[in-house]
Amino acid sequence: MAAIFQGVGAAAPLSSSPSNSFDSNKSVFSPPRSFSVVRSDGIVNLNPKGRSAQRLISNAVATKADSPAASSSSKPGHELLLFEALQEGLEEEMERDPRVCVMGEDVGHYGGSYKVTKGLAKRFGDLRVLDTPIAENSFTGMGIGAAMTGLRPVIEGMNMGFLLLAFNQISNNCGMLHYTSGGQFTIPVVIRGPGGVGRQLGAEHSQRLESYFQSIPGIQMVACSTPYNAKGLMKAAIRSENPVILFEHVLLYNLKERIPDEDYICNLEEAEMVRPGEHVTILTYSRMRYHVMQAAKTLVNKGYDPEVIDIRSLKPFDLHTIGNSVKKTHRVLIVEECMRTGGIGASLTAAITENFNDYLDAPIMCLSSQDVPTPYAGTLEEVTVVQPAQIVTAVEQLCQ
Amino acid sequence: MALSHLSSSSPSRCANLLKLLSSAISLRRPISTDTTPITVETSVPFTAHQCEAPSRTVQTNAKELATFFRDMVVMRRMEIAADSLYKAKLIRGFCHLYDGQEAVAVGMEAALTKKDCIITSYRDHCTFVARGGTLLEVFAELMGRQAGCSKGKGGSMHFYKKDSNFYGGHGIVGAQVPLGCGLAFAQKYCKDEAVTFALYGDGAANQGQLFEALNISALWDLPAILVCENNHYGMGTAEWRAAKSPAYYKRGDYAPGLKVDGMDALAVKQACAFAKEHALKNGPIILEMDTYRYHGHSMSDPGSTYRTRDEITGVRQERDPIERIRKLILSHDLSTDKELKDIEKEVRKEVDDAIAQAKENPVPEPSELFSDVYAKGLGVESKYMQKSIYRHKGDELPSQAFGYNNPSEH
Repeated sequence: MAAIFQGVGAAAPLSSSPSNSFDSNKSVFSPPRSFSVVRSDGIVNLNPKGRSAQRLISNAVATKADSPAASSSSKPGHELLLFEALQEGLEEEMERDPRVCVMGEDVGHYGGSYKVTKGLAKRFGDLRVLDTPIAENSFTGMGIGAAMTGLRPVIEGMNMGFLLLAFNQISNNCGMLHYTSGGQFTIPVVIRGPGGVGRQLGAEHSQRLESYFQSIPGIQMVACSTPYNAKGLMKAAIRSENPVILFEHVLLYNLKERIPDEDYICNLEEAEMVRPGEHVTILTYSRMRYHVMQAAKTLVNKGYDPEVIDIRSLKPFDLHTIGNSVKKTHRVLIVEECMRTGGIGASLTAAITENFNDYLDAPIMCLSSQDVPTPYAGTLEEVTVVQPAQIVTAVEQLCQ
Repeated sequence: MALSHLSSSSPSRCANLLKLLSSAISLRRPISTDTTPITVETSVPFTAHQCEAPSRTVQTNAKELATFFRDMVVMRRMEIAADSLYKAKLIRGFCHLYDGQEAVAVGMEAALTKKDCIITSYRDHCTFVARGGTLLEVFAELMGRQAGCSKGKGGSMHFYKKDSNFYGGHGIVGAQVPLGCGLAFAQKYCKDEAVTFALYGDGAANQGQLFEALNISALWDLPAILVCENNHYGMGTAEWRAAKSPAYYKRGDYAPGLKVDGMDALAVKQACAFAKEHALKNGPIILEMDTYRYHGHSMSDPGSTYRTRDEITGVRQERDPIERIRKLILSHDLSTDKELKDIEKEVRKEVDDAIAQAKENPVPEPSELFSDVYAKGLGVESKYMQKSIYRHKGDELPSQAFGYNNPSEH
């Protein structure tokens, strides 16, 4: 059950004991000081606009087994699809802060190729919801330039893969200008779009850019997986002073969930406890979360008790949550959609080995997509990504 | 200026006193406050594309000419000093010098306010100074010291000055132009009534992202002025070898353009004022500044393998921007040759002092490695990153390295 902290009056606990924010009864480790996680500050400060600072509901995300992060039972909330949750988050932020604008291909009059920006152009006008020509390099650069002056653009790549054309702008300008200017400029952009392997979309439209972007210093990367965290991460990303890349997945846009009515964000650097367990830590994100949960059903029937964590924050990793889990279960399985070489899983394996090697009873297992361009044929495409059966086998192997 | 006549026609008894007075007064540089309008014609007329060229007749005054002279002398001296520092290995890496092109920086600044934004490439030292940067900030940054404008972490190609809307300072050719159009977008969005000048070179003019950005700027009516500083060489490649059509001011096609003598500070001023007015009403315009750099592309390039020394000396003799202003000042009797030379001496000292100060300035603290990577707060991982670095060095972990990560700050 998710615990939502009502940050009324007193400050939300942004202290060195973040385990309190996870309402998981299983989390018994109070972290040693060096593990403190600094979180995105949820405080709103819009002095130029004369608004009073609002305390946000800084959300805890631990849930019951098998159910996605849910709202508190005291408020009914409302049901919607993931793309609608993104749209809601975006719309709320645009209303809240007039500096937020959206730019991308077909985001305005068309309503967005995945309907994430539907209705926004009508509501906010052409200067705030900008249809760009097909020119990723320049409109990404323009968004970054605008951000240098204090605007907060949300730049959409119609497919994440298209942002490869803007790699220079994202790497050198977005990621580095804060540093190379000695702190003079912040770049509060959000770069978002759908990626991942879809249904026979072909190699060029099935890319996982998180592996390419992860080395860029100065950016943060998050991946949403449920309507709840999609809205929460979208809002947090927009409010962050840092550039954030928000990875959505083509196949998750129609997931349905009941989310709270009240304002909330999800901390950008936090992982999500999907299913507490004892035997093995399964780390995953985005679409693979669902393959893992499907495998978890089978595993539970076979008598295993997997702990499933949706890492959500791809850069930086939430090594506090992950570390606590490793110390409990001593076994780690990473299930990702990146290709084996140079993916998020590869980095995560290194990070865990470097920091928690003493706690591991077995080598870390990493299930990734095959190092191939995603084929068009459905049968081949299926084998390209990790399937639940493979996850079950891997856990069985790991727990021998 | 009348004083010199006075002292020569006065009786001998008072001559010495008056001579003393006049030399004392000349140290106060009377021309620096004289704003009586002077009318000057630019060296060559403007060439226009899709618009009507502004007049060749430029209004100026003694004060402005004095400012032009002094500022350009500072820039020239600064760049030559940087050359020496580079050869002395106090400046490392890449160092791209602007000497010869000073007129573009000072002329542009004269036409703008600090509300207008300027963004340029890696040849940014003089533009930074024109926008109000100090010599200490320049030399300290070039030498990688704390007092540098980017705290020593940017280097020659990354000078920025946020409070005067100078957005740098960019190492990748052409990437600053979309950024510049983004600045213009923000100005339109916030109804600033100001413009952005995005500068690039003749080499960068062939980058696709320029055309993309110009297209978007024209579509959205942005107050963007694209300025091509055409010094005729993209590193070692002459413009005729890199561009099928080196008429860069026409490259905008649907966007108007103006070709300007970039060695004439007054022509630059006139063109920039014209462009600003145009952009605020009609959207983007391209300015091509016909200019020249005396140094090679950078300090690693002798600059003589792809052009003749005669060419360089020829331009220096006939088109040098500082000499042009000097001649103007002298021919209008605004100052004496000696006074101008005194200014040059003074500037030389100023530059030397700044260098001496910069040399004394400390290098950044080790903890600075990790600051300003993110705007505020950092993920846990960076803490581990730091730990491993210090473990390698066997050093004690400096407590300040965790300062910004200290949760109690929240």
